[in-house]
Amino acid sequence: MSSLALFLTVFIACAVEAVEALTIVLAAGLTREWRSTFQGMAVALAVLAVIVAVLGPALTLVPLTALRLVVGALLAVFGLQWLRKAILRASGYKGLHDEEAIYARQVAVARTAASEGRHGVRDWYAFTLSFKGVLLEGLEVVFIAITFGANQQNQGLAAAAAAAAVVVVAAVGIAVRAPLSRVPENTLKFAVGVMLTSFGMFWGAEGAGASWPGNDAALLAIVPGTALVGLGYTALLRRARAAGRAAVPAAGRSAA
Amino acid sequence: MSRWLRSFGAFWYDFVIGDDWRGAAVVAVALALTALLVHAASVNAWWLLPVAVIGALGWSLRRATSGKP
Repeated sequence: MSSLALFLTVFIACAVEAVEALTIVLAAGLTREWRSTFQGMAVALAVLAVIVAVLGPALTLVPLTALRLVVGALLAVFGLQWLRKAILRASGYKGLHDEEAIYARQVAVARTAASEGRHGVRDWYAFTLSFKGVLLEGLEVVFIAITFGANQQNQGLAAAAAAAAVVVVAAVGIAVRAPLSRVPENTLKFAVGVMLTSFGMFWGAEGAGASWPGNDAALLAIVPGTALVGLGYTALLRRARAAGRAAVPAAGRSAA
Repeated sequence: MSRWLRSFGAFWYDFVIGDDWRGAAVVAVALALTALLVHAASVNAWWLLPVAVIGALGWSLRRATSGKP
């Protein structure tokens, strides 16, 4: 895999997660209190940094074949989740991820929650909301960056891509001071799902001992092939949904 | 303590496996079969995992949408 593909995959995946974390941080900061929100964010980032510092070097000690088998399996499973959700959303069977609606919900709950200080934190609710949001979304970022970096033996570039995504999203968030609802999240999630599933299959099969025809060049067929399958499933589900909806009024008319 | 362990396990299950455990099961079985074919029967079964993953995705989507308008 070229350095550019590694950078772009990690950057896009991390940007999507950063947008989701930003929505929660903004809801906590704008409705509650910024200082406690930043404290929660800082503690979550410190926990994530410890995870990276422990897991990153530990993964370099694992033999590459075993690493590719385990990481390939995890990425394929993880990618399937992303792809499944993106296809269900694109075909209308699941509601689109709406950052504005999520923000409105978080704000409504944050406004009614009691204000109480604990352990030197002025607003414990803002702290925990921000901490949980950044930690949970950040875990996915860490997982993707570490696994891609370890497999490509280029953890530095993967970490740089993840950091760049977080910085870009944070900068835009600070500039607009609103959830980034115009980011085409589902399209990006579909693209990341395709990449995770493709690399998961590639590394998983290699880890199990198989050799791909053309070695690394096989990815040039696997990635577009997976994308086409995903688009094909989306088209099929859209058609099935439209046919189902058209059949319901017709059945109603004939019954009447 | 047991409640904490349960929620810890539930978090990681949801994080890795997600809504449909069948996809994870298919990937695990396909990888085991690939290793078996490669090492025990000398068959270069690179094609097995993509076929299994595409099938698992279709199966999972079908289950998620069947009976829904």
